[in-house]
Amino acid sequence: MTALTDDTLPMTPRAMRDEMIVFVAMALLLASVPFTGIYPFFVMQALCFALLACAFNLLIGYGGLLSFGHAMFLGTAGYCSAHALKVWGLPPELGILVGVAGAFVLSIITGYISIRRQGIYFSMITLALSQLLYFIYLQAPFTHGEDGIQGIPQGHMFGVFDLTKPTVLYYVVLVGFLAGFLLIYRIINSPFGEVLKSIRENEQRAISLGYRTDQYKFLAFVLSGTVAGFAGSLKVFVAQNASLTDVHWSMSGEVVLMTLVGGLGTIFGPVVGAFAIIAMQQYLAGFGQWVTVIQGSIFVICVLTFRRGVVGEIAHYFRRSL
Amino acid sequence: MQALYAQLLVGLINGSFYALLSLGLAVIFGMLNIINFAHGALYMMGAFVAYFLLNNDYLSIGYWPALIIAPIVVGIFGMILERTMLQWLTGLDHLYGLLLTFGIALIVQGVFQNYFGSSGLPYSIPDQLRGGMNLGFMFLPIYRAWVVIFSLVVCLATWFLIEKTRLGAYLRAATENPTLVRAFGINVPRMITLTYGLGVGLAALAGVLSAPINQVRPLMGADLIIVVFAVVVIGGMGSIMGSIITGFALGVIEGLTKYFYPEASNTVVFVLMVLVLLVKPTGLTGRAA
Repeated sequence: MTALTDDTLPMTPRAMRDEMIVFVAMALLLASVPFTGIYPFFVMQALCFALLACAFNLLIGYGGLLSFGHAMFLGTAGYCSAHALKVWGLPPELGILVGVAGAFVLSIITGYISIRRQGIYFSMITLALSQLLYFIYLQAPFTHGEDGIQGIPQGHMFGVFDLTKPTVLYYVVLVGFLAGFLLIYRIINSPFGEVLKSIRENEQRAISLGYRTDQYKFLAFVLSGTVAGFAGSLKVFVAQNASLTDVHWSMSGEVVLMTLVGGLGTIFGPVVGAFAIIAMQQYLAGFGQWVTVIQGSIFVICVLTFRRGVVGEIAHYFRRSL
Repeated sequence: MQALYAQLLVGLINGSFYALLSLGLAVIFGMLNIINFAHGALYMMGAFVAYFLLNNDYLSIGYWPALIIAPIVVGIFGMILERTMLQWLTGLDHLYGLLLTFGIALIVQGVFQNYFGSSGLPYSIPDQLRGGMNLGFMFLPIYRAWVVIFSLVVCLATWFLIEKTRLGAYLRAATENPTLVRAFGINVPRMITLTYGLGVGLAALAGVLSAPINQVRPLMGADLIIVVFAVVVIGGMGSIMGSIITGFALGVIEGLTKYFYPEASNTVVFVLMVLVLLVKPTGLTGRAA
């Protein structure tokens, strides 16, 4: 079985420097958004999905595990945060904490169940688990079914930052995104990340080297799910609601698409992919149902012709790791 | 008690769809090593082809011919898909097969949604199968009985074809070792294409059968396929017979849940999946992956 990403370059000082330069450029670019004419709401939404896609990529790009149910972490954290903010009246920072904790607990339970099978079975199990949760949230009273939790108060972050102001909210979301991104970057470049990559390349060999691969995969699943939950909590402040669309399996499909377009197993790929897909949905909204057809076509084209994705192809061309 | 029997019957019918679909998935998985995410979309296409055949002014072909024509038409479509796209994924990680077929499913469903909207189109029950029988303890609609019996026959015929005939033996051998089978002068790529056509045809057949019961609509396969995936995880896809038995059994369990505890009827298959995985990670009839 060939690996998903075939040209991982060794972690050299040059690669590290490249990645740092791109990261700083990305941070500066994003920080300058409020000074341009770009609609900040669009960028905030894209940032939330970018973080979700990065978390998802940690699992598939570095662990070789295709989770087809990552929307469940996004949605669960969203519901937990929204409930904590609206019903319990907690301040924003604690609301986020509740959401992340919810995703953490969920990822422990679902990870324990799904890690038992590999390959496509793993994908199907995560898909089925997320559909199970979808039906539960559809019927549970606290989610308000089809209506979702609406009109969530944004409040003051740490009692200081007024989140009702778009620019303040933007920077809070940006800081959240960058923190999540750096966390994932750190995980990938840690000894843990190296073991994860070796499992992706050849699990049998990793086992024979004495690694308990199930534990590594489980930990990667929990980390990925928790960060995905963080993205969901941030999204609550942007959208000011938590609804069933965030838990539906078609959302999981979109996350896969974002990562695939950007490049599986590249550090910046999911970010590029998320921005591309969100922009596409924004500007192609007038085409109605044809958007689904276009998305499907992108899936097919990516899988058939450029499996490395946008960033993967660029990195491959310049023989750099990005 | 009437209601219980009615739910049992609904369960058996759903079970026959689960069995037909997971059977097709198992056949395709065996040969192509691909989980066919497009299976639900192709099931929907089967129902739509039947609908076209009936409602086209020039054709107005009814149910009985559609039962043969629709699977063939969709099967040919599937074979074209296999030859033009799926073929190129041989040797790659099987996750790419899942992603590609997911993309195909989005395209097919999107196109149908554009032309027919999301609401259901009616397809009437053929005259010969209208009405019902009074069995004394319950009223049995003939069409529903027909669906259960017919799909059971088709499932067993497929099982017979694969497990007991020479062609099936080639097929199983090619699954185990394609290179060796090719050395015996058997055209393995053509066999793979035909197998995909067969699996897809089974899905389309299920679509035609379901057209008079569930309305014909573009997303009819989208949510069903996830339940079928759960059925496949529970059954383990280790054997053809395993898929058939698991499919019917889970349909019945779902029907019983609908009677005794309706709130859980949507989730019972998924809950069962979790329980089975906790006890036996390979699934009921599965071999170690």
